[in-house]
Amino acid sequence: MNENLFTSFITPTMVGIPVVLLIIMFPSILFPSPSRLIDNRLVSIQQWLVRLTSKQMLSIHSHKGQTWALMLMSLILFIGSTNLLGLLPHSFTPTTQLSMNLGMAIPLWAGTVATGFRYKTKASLAHFLPQGTPFPLIPMLVIIETISLFIQPVALAVRLTANITAGHLLIHLIGGATLTLMSISTITAFITFTVLVLLTILEFAVALIQAYVFTLLVSLYLHDNT
Amino acid sequence: MKTKLACKNVYLLNFSRNSTDRVTDKVPVKEKKLMDVKLGELPSWILMRDFTPKGIAGAFQRGYYRYYNKYVNVKRGGVAGISMVLAAYVLFNYCRCYKELKHERLRKYH
Repeated sequence: MNENLFTSFITPTMVGIPVVLLIIMFPSILFPSPSRLIDNRLVSIQQWLVRLTSKQMLSIHSHKGQTWALMLMSLILFIGSTNLLGLLPHSFTPTTQLSMNLGMAIPLWAGTVATGFRYKTKASLAHFLPQGTPFPLIPMLVIIETISLFIQPVALAVRLTANITAGHLLIHLIGGATLTLMSISTITAFITFTVLVLLTILEFAVALIQAYVFTLLVSLYLHDNT
Repeated sequence: MKTKLACKNVYLLNFSRNSTDRVTDKVPVKEKKLMDVKLGELPSWILMRDFTPKGIAGAFQRGYYRYYNKYVNVKRGGVAGISMVLAAYVLFNYCRCYKELKHERLRKYH
């Protein structure tokens, strides 16, 4: 049981071939590129969703921040689709791997910070000291603000990893408990099954929300720095 | 070039003596489609296919567009187009983790 719980999180290889690359690239097949003015139903639904999300997410940015539109929209599509595909039975979710989330978070955060330092150097440095702090507290507060700046990418990555991994583990555990309880007491198994159904609904929501939160925070860091 | 050859063979066939001959009897093995290849010619047909990276990429592209244009890129497509893909994905992942899953079967003694 202990070993089985974590085997769904190891990097998938099949007869020695690392299929993890195929699994990471699989969601791109589900988003066909539009070729006409009015396409088939799948593409139309996806276009409507992308327009809805991009209008809501990019409305707060200035002109410079809106050049990041493609990056932010592809980020939310990738994380959302990868998380949702991970809810299918037996599938592998790449966003449970901390390595991949760090690989997404650190370059994006570093890009926003570098943009801020390059174009608005004084304002970016001024972020290290909140307005109206008493004079003696200044050194300590600068240190605290620096730490809180450097912890942003780590927090982004760990938040996504922990949420998705915890959800998958809970589903495995409660599903296993339901199966074992079926032979012992059917009523308890039924209650556990209801919990499982509610948990699955929660996981669907979490999959989408985490994608949204990740992208929103990146866009927030961008807004600070443009 | 291919259509010229096919035209020539159609011309020849119209003047051949045997009326049960098909056009695909005179076309060289390399250019036949899979359904027209006779069973005896199958190994040589397989060996003559294009196994370069470009050929393999072309095969994947042709397969993708064949599925896409039949089930997704239609005027009134439904949920079947994408759910068949997801079902195949689930099956692929099941085959991938079968080694660990076979220990979880309901047996008295494992």
